[in-house]
Amino acid sequence: MNHIPGLPIAGGGRRSEAGGGLLYQGADWSFDTLRNSYDAIERIAAEELKLEIYPNRIEVITAEQMLDVYTSHGMPLIYKHWSFGKRFVGHENAYRRGLMGLAYEVVINSSPCISYLMEENSATMQALVIAHAAFGHNHFFRNNRIFREWTDPSGILDYLEFARSYIARCEERHGMRAVERILDAAHALQNQGVHRHSGAKLIDLKAEQQRDRERREHEERSFNDLWRTLPNGKTVAASDTQSERRRRLGLPEENLLYFLEKNAPKLAPWEREVIRIVRLIAQYFYPQPQAKMMNEGCATWVHSEIMSRLHEQGRIDDAAYLEVIHSTTNVITQPGFDQGGGGSFNPYALGYAMMSDIARVCTDPTDEDRRWFPDIAGNNDAVGTLKHAWSEYRDESFILQFLSPAVMRRFRMFRLLDDVSKPYLLVDDIHDEAGYREIRRALARSYDPSHFYADIEIVDLDLSGDRCLRLEHRTRAGHLLAEQDARASLRHLAELWGYEVKLIELDPQTDTVLATHTAAPLRV
Amino acid sequence: MDIIDRRPNPHGKNLENRQRVLNKARDAVQRAARDAVASGKLREVAQGSAISIPSDALHEPSFQRVFTGGSRDIVLSGNKVFSRGDRIQRPPGGKGGGGGGAGEAGESGGGEDSFRFVLTRDEFLDLFFDDLELPDLVKREITTTETMASTRAGLASEGSPSQLDLGRTMRYSMARRIGLRRPKTETVRELEARIALLEDEAPGGEELTALRAELALALRRLNRIPWVDPVDLRYRRFTQTPKPSARAVMFCLMDVSGSMTERMKDLAKQFFLLLHVFLERRHKQVDVVFIRHAEAAEEVDEEKFFTDPRTGGTIVSSALHEMIKIQKARYPVSGWNIYVAQASDGDNSASDTPKSCLLLQETILPIVQYYAYIEIVGSGAIIRGETDLWRGYKRVAESMDQLVMRQVAEKRDIFPVFRDLFARRAEASP
Repeated sequence: MNHIPGLPIAGGGRRSEAGGGLLYQGADWSFDTLRNSYDAIERIAAEELKLEIYPNRIEVITAEQMLDVYTSHGMPLIYKHWSFGKRFVGHENAYRRGLMGLAYEVVINSSPCISYLMEENSATMQALVIAHAAFGHNHFFRNNRIFREWTDPSGILDYLEFARSYIARCEERHGMRAVERILDAAHALQNQGVHRHSGAKLIDLKAEQQRDRERREHEERSFNDLWRTLPNGKTVAASDTQSERRRRLGLPEENLLYFLEKNAPKLAPWEREVIRIVRLIAQYFYPQPQAKMMNEGCATWVHSEIMSRLHEQGRIDDAAYLEVIHSTTNVITQPGFDQGGGGSFNPYALGYAMMSDIARVCTDPTDEDRRWFPDIAGNNDAVGTLKHAWSEYRDESFILQFLSPAVMRRFRMFRLLDDVSKPYLLVDDIHDEAGYREIRRALARSYDPSHFYADIEIVDLDLSGDRCLRLEHRTRAGHLLAEQDARASLRHLAELWGYEVKLIELDPQTDTVLATHTAAPLRV
Repeated sequence: MDIIDRRPNPHGKNLENRQRVLNKARDAVQRAARDAVASGKLREVAQGSAISIPSDALHEPSFQRVFTGGSRDIVLSGNKVFSRGDRIQRPPGGKGGGGGGAGEAGESGGGEDSFRFVLTRDEFLDLFFDDLELPDLVKREITTTETMASTRAGLASEGSPSQLDLGRTMRYSMARRIGLRRPKTETVRELEARIALLEDEAPGGEELTALRAELALALRRLNRIPWVDPVDLRYRRFTQTPKPSARAVMFCLMDVSGSMTERMKDLAKQFFLLLHVFLERRHKQVDVVFIRHAEAAEEVDEEKFFTDPRTGGTIVSSALHEMIKIQKARYPVSGWNIYVAQASDGDNSASDTPKSCLLLQETILPIVQYYAYIEIVGSGAIIRGETDLWRGYKRVAESMDQLVMRQVAEKRDIFPVFRDLFARRAEASP
């Protein structure tokens, strides 16, 4: 044991001099140790890894507050709706009965980037999750292309505040029932409420409020009771060719909520605004699942890198470092297909394995790596290569580009062909020379965002006739909509549209109709 | 970088959302609550507990794809023995592995696809006894004794210091200060400042003298007129107001004779238990008297009434006598609403039935609000004649509205009968 002469040996007290000494000892943390840990981690992140991050805000919360955060999709605040209560009760039950542990942290893609830390964490876990969330995830949010393109982290908190108060005001004015009717319906359609093919417009709180105010003012200014007394005149039947109609309404439209907000004939202005709120929030969450594996991989790699540097620098002791290894290993466990868990890939495991593999290829490539990755093998710039990948790829393209035979071997990947007409499942590729590319392609395909959500478009509507809205679902081979859910969702759609709606499921290759669903609104 | 300690923030952020879920699933929750009671164990249930409701009451639909036909490929990890071309038996019962979707419901565990709720005792009982009411409680409310309660009654100029109304006092004080033109401290300070300034610049000037006089006046006023004067003080005044309270007493009469089998006693107890919880819940002012009888009747406490076994012959009138005795001694008609619930299997010694009916008709029914008679039918007897007691009571019931009688054969009857007896009527019956 050696300690710096002249300094008293710390008896549990803190001994953090600039640049040296242990950050903490034992499991207890205080706000001082948090700050010191943060500073030490920041130094490594900035000087060695050169991460670019949003300013950080770290909030310490209790278990109950963590449940609250879970409930609102990890957002610090959200409007009131029964579905959040349902989620809360579900999580609470699972947690109380010990079926579910709570996360050590939750991080929000906002600027400043908010990380919630659980108060129960030990000092080491606090340092670990600061490295993981406040630096790993934060860097990913800030630099990844899809997050940059689709989300506006500086506006989201203000927008949520606006949404919450707007919906509360609507409830005051129009009653909870009426608002709930719209929210229920909009929630059912929110997966079909995003623009997929163009960058989202940035949310601007000022403009939103302005729009809302103008809309209301116009309504109040132009109010004239006489309009109510006008007899309903006959509408002029316009000759309305399908192509012209489709052009005018911008059909086909894949964003159902957007179309309803703009075109549904029976909605009141505030109802359109509520739909818009649900739509914009859904849009904000849209990128998350597309890069989940990379995001977790990036954060895990960053924290394990930073924590081992802290250990090398002597800022944390061996006990703490063992705790780090223990907890990291827990997180990156990949159960085999036969060990329960349904055989899906753990995003932490695959992500971390790929990140460390890329680092290995950069610094210590084998002949195989040189063949597979001629452009990065042995370039001795692991951090630079990783940072490039983090900023330019999403899960699908990342796997297609970087999944190496070494990782496939480590995970012992194989591919099953499930053909319902056969009584057995066929193993059609395994991790060998002949199978690497096929497996990689198949795995990447399963991360394709079109895999997550059904591809449903509004294709036509008859404005001068019965106003029936026609939708098409272009199915993936062998995948139809779950019947009951489809019918219930369609009823919600009809509720918003105000007239009958019809959904046709098509085989995209042959255009044969596979199934048809219709729904009409309850009150006409 | 900021570190914020959010732990002291207000808790229960999701209480309102939780309330909304309850409302959303109110019917389902209510049904579940009643099922929980029907299956016994009201005691435990009413302590606040978990109930499960079918999850479709709270289902949130969305467009979801399911694999229905054709072929697909799946990449998995953890290969140990397979090589290319191997065929694997399909896992039983499914079309293959990762068929997600079941997610949320799986957490509940309580049966398939159900959603578990932990209700507080209050929530539970609210749902459970929703729209039930003690009949006719209004009727004698006027005659009930009164308790006194303190209510605010304006202000007083004297009182105890703890009741000082500071806002009001300061308002009076300000009015007085303005009325008497008490100079403000700032004005005095300003004068002093100006005097000091002038003393430096032009000592002995005319303005200075005037200012000094003004200052002297202001100071005199300041000293004479206090900031707060005793006349300003105002105290909150309270008066005692009589508070009408509907007092009621409920007599629970149970037959514990030998002819009552354990099962029948159990049914009777269930009924009373329900009644007891209901009364406790709805009417804070209700006294409950437990009387059990075989050949002789005795008043017992709640614990004994529900748990202590007893056997013997049956004389119903003994219980009625006991009830009248207690009522005379402790619950004068002028001050109490009186309710009686009686449970029996209908067996009674033949000579006693006419006596009981007479007692009921002449003495008891005229003074009670409501008399509920539950006859517990033996499980074996599907076709069963009316018992003596039932026949006798029925004749009485024809002429007296207060007497209501029902038969109970099985556990699941109890709640419907109970609801039937205590359902809130739209208009009080005449």
